[in-house]
Amino acid sequence: MLELRHRGSCPGPGGAVAPPPREGEAAGGDHETESTSDKETDIDDRYGDLDSRADSDIPEIPPSTDRTPEILKKALSGLSSRWKNWWIRGILTLTMISLFFLIIYMGSFMLMLLVLGIQVKCFHEIITIGYRVYHSYDLPWFRTLSWYFLLCVNYFFYGETVADYFATFVQREEQLQFLIRYHRFISFALYLAGFCMFVLSLVKKHYRLQFYMFAWTHVTLLITVTQSHLVIQNLFEGMIWFLVPISSVICNDITAYLFGFFFGRTPLIKLSPKKTWEGFIGGFFSTVVFGFIAAYVLSKYQYFVCPVEYRSDVNSFVTECEPTELFQLQSYSLPPFLQAVLRQETVSLYPFQIHSIALSTFASLIGPFGGFFASGFKRAFKIKDFANTIPGHGGIMDRFDCQYLMATFVHVYITSFIRGPNPSKVLQQLLVLQPEQQLNIYKTLKTHLIEKGILQPTLKV
Amino acid sequence: MTELRQRAVREPDSPPEDKESELEAKVDGETASDSESRAEPAPPPTSVDDTPEVLNRALSNLSSRWKNWWVRGILSLAMIAFFFIIIYLGPMVLMMIVMCVQIKCFHEIITIGYNVYHSYDLPWFRTLSWYFLLCVNYFFYGETVTDYFFTLVQREEPLRILSKYHRFISFTLYLTGFCMFVLSLVKKHYRLQFYMFGWTHVTLLIVVTQSHLVIHNLFEGMIWFIVPISCVICNDIMAYMFGFFFGRTPLIKLSPKKTWEGFIGGFFATVVFGLLLSYVMSGYRCFVCPVEYNNDTNSFTVDCEPSDLFRLQEYNIPGVIQSVIGWKTVRMYPFQIHSIALSTFASLIGPFGGFFASGFKRAFKIKDFANTIPGHGGIMDRFDCQYLMATFVNVYIASFIRGPNPSKLIQQFLTLRPDQQLHIFNTLKSHLTDKGILTATTEDE
Repeated sequence: MLELRHRGSCPGPGGAVAPPPREGEAAGGDHETESTSDKETDIDDRYGDLDSRADSDIPEIPPSTDRTPEILKKALSGLSSRWKNWWIRGILTLTMISLFFLIIYMGSFMLMLLVLGIQVKCFHEIITIGYRVYHSYDLPWFRTLSWYFLLCVNYFFYGETVADYFATFVQREEQLQFLIRYHRFISFALYLAGFCMFVLSLVKKHYRLQFYMFAWTHVTLLITVTQSHLVIQNLFEGMIWFLVPISSVICNDITAYLFGFFFGRTPLIKLSPKKTWEGFIGGFFSTVVFGFIAAYVLSKYQYFVCPVEYRSDVNSFVTECEPTELFQLQSYSLPPFLQAVLRQETVSLYPFQIHSIALSTFASLIGPFGGFFASGFKRAFKIKDFANTIPGHGGIMDRFDCQYLMATFVHVYITSFIRGPNPSKVLQQLLVLQPEQQLNIYKTLKTHLIEKGILQPTLKV
Repeated sequence: MTELRQRAVREPDSPPEDKESELEAKVDGETASDSESRAEPAPPPTSVDDTPEVLNRALSNLSSRWKNWWVRGILSLAMIAFFFIIIYLGPMVLMMIVMCVQIKCFHEIITIGYNVYHSYDLPWFRTLSWYFLLCVNYFFYGETVTDYFFTLVQREEPLRILSKYHRFISFTLYLTGFCMFVLSLVKKHYRLQFYMFGWTHVTLLIVVTQSHLVIHNLFEGMIWFIVPISCVICNDIMAYMFGFFFGRTPLIKLSPKKTWEGFIGGFFATVVFGLLLSYVMSGYRCFVCPVEYNNDTNSFTVDCEPSDLFRLQEYNIPGVIQSVIGWKTVRMYPFQIHSIALSTFASLIGPFGGFFASGFKRAFKIKDFANTIPGHGGIMDRFDCQYLMATFVNVYIASFIRGPNPSKLIQQFLTLRPDQQLHIFNTLKSHLTDKGILTATTEDE
């Protein structure tokens, strides 16, 4: 049945997964120990029964290699199945990492598009799982509504970001200004339209299914869309805030796997039987070291360190600035026991490296919980992988499950410890105020700046 | 079956009884669904388990239908009177009532989830659900408190640290709950647990965010809290009355009792009601002024100079209406124009919240969310049309009425780096000069 479900997902929704006919089932039929409350004959409860039944364990299934390109297959046809799997995973890993480097080279705009693309694909994968679980292919409104809600929420978030960062660009265009000023109202109206369409689309015998899909859509939006926007906010803070966390998570994945492969003995958690304590701890230490070194290497370049800004004159993104103190080498005196080891009194570090230790620690200790959550989810709904997009690895969500919490953590970390509010947002809000309020604020600011000596009283700009 | 479910709700700590009632429910279930799928049956008699004895005796003579009507009517008046008392008691009490209503709504919906998924025997869930409610409330209240009680918070050292790292602390608390959830996953119950996790989060999204938007509206001025809620209540009552007396054509299959006559009659009645109510309320400072926290008296005050919105202005009546009323101009508060928008939303879109709740109840085969209010059902039954209203009012205020909070902006400005401050200052200066607000003479003041 798992194979059928899998193959059902590959070619796309359609008649591949037909709901099993259970019209003539007797009321007490297959509910021996687990009792359900509803014995209706409408479609809702045929699949609503799925809710209350306990799930059973899934057997381990070898990965499906349907999508592996022919070249790889020919090259690896000689090896045994286990090593073939290992090689495929390895090659795909390297491919993904090189793709990552390539996109970094191409700049922040491409990175934004990449994040958006991944978000849409993750959303699609999770929604497809929902369709399969509830067999709701035959209610076409849902797909439209789900994608519509995705569009609305993205519009809302991107509008907020665009308004903040492109303030000068937006001020010039009249229509954009209107859209920005009433952005919240427009987004809310769009969402309401979707909500009303949902209510009007409720069909008599499918209420429960429809509500489930509604909730499924919203929880998926909450998880994928908000995280992806936090990723983009981190990116605008400086590409290093995007690269170091993601690399730490990837490094933790890989090193935990390697440590577990070579030294693994004691299992970590029942949810993921392949994870071991040795892998966990080994991964932790290597990730901290990796993060430390990566932060050191990246902190040197303005390209990674400076906040991304949109320059209206060149109509593109630039990363040029004076690096803040966080990215300037400073001397730290070593505690005595380290002094004896390294035979140095002080060491030159970027302050950012200290922060990178915090980020790597989170990536190694708490990040895996995102992975466990996804494993639990897959076991709950009896699927092996989210989808079959990447040969040997599964779907996009399988790769990004540990990143969920990381993006939010980095964002919260930045707002709490690194910087204050967003200057462009403050400016944007200032420009929206009433003229008298603006004048008052102007005078307050002027007094403050002169007091602090930032503004010279005699300077006429 | 609904009776059995309600009794099951009241005894959550006896799962064996649940199984028995489930078996009976299996038999009753067919009849209940059949009756729902048929055309409109007579309204089922209300459960009078919670009605006080007083009412029972007083109404024992009347027939069942009129008894129901009287019970509902009396309880409606009781709730409205309660509402007035709370308004009189002030914003602090209102905030607490909103909080209690929120918690009760959350409890009702979560209990329905437990009933649907029979997850009484997984005790972690109740703890986790309430824990998540606490986290999200802490996060939202922290954000509100920091905005409105800025000076109070700055004085007290522990509060200052809590507010500076507020997001980090909230996130840590939430993460703890998340990790507890992952660690609590039990082998044969994964799906149930994920369902409850999803159920909890959607409920939080609906209930908690709305209640905080209500409190934001309240701080803007009590009139922004009272007029929308009254419009929704009025629409409920008026649509019911119009439907009762004139109802003929059904409105939507989801709620067979609603009619087009009720809908349209309710719309016009609510708009008129909104106009009158805002006229009455705009005259009083205590409703119109933003709620502020006074450091000296350590309490909330509503004292200010009313803004333009709440000052009588002359409007020219269009020719069409001039001939009808015989006046050339009319004196109105600008707020009354806004109240038309609010009432329109309450009458046209608010009912969709009610249909959503009706669909939800039909989907999960329950008659009412709970049995808290005799004759009416649970708290959620009363507040289902309010869901969208609170968000709409908040978005409306943010978009059309006021801009961002100037004192908050100054706070944020002062935390920026000097070069950022200078950049903003210069941009603001050039903007003001362009608009002609800032001239050489004003600059020198």
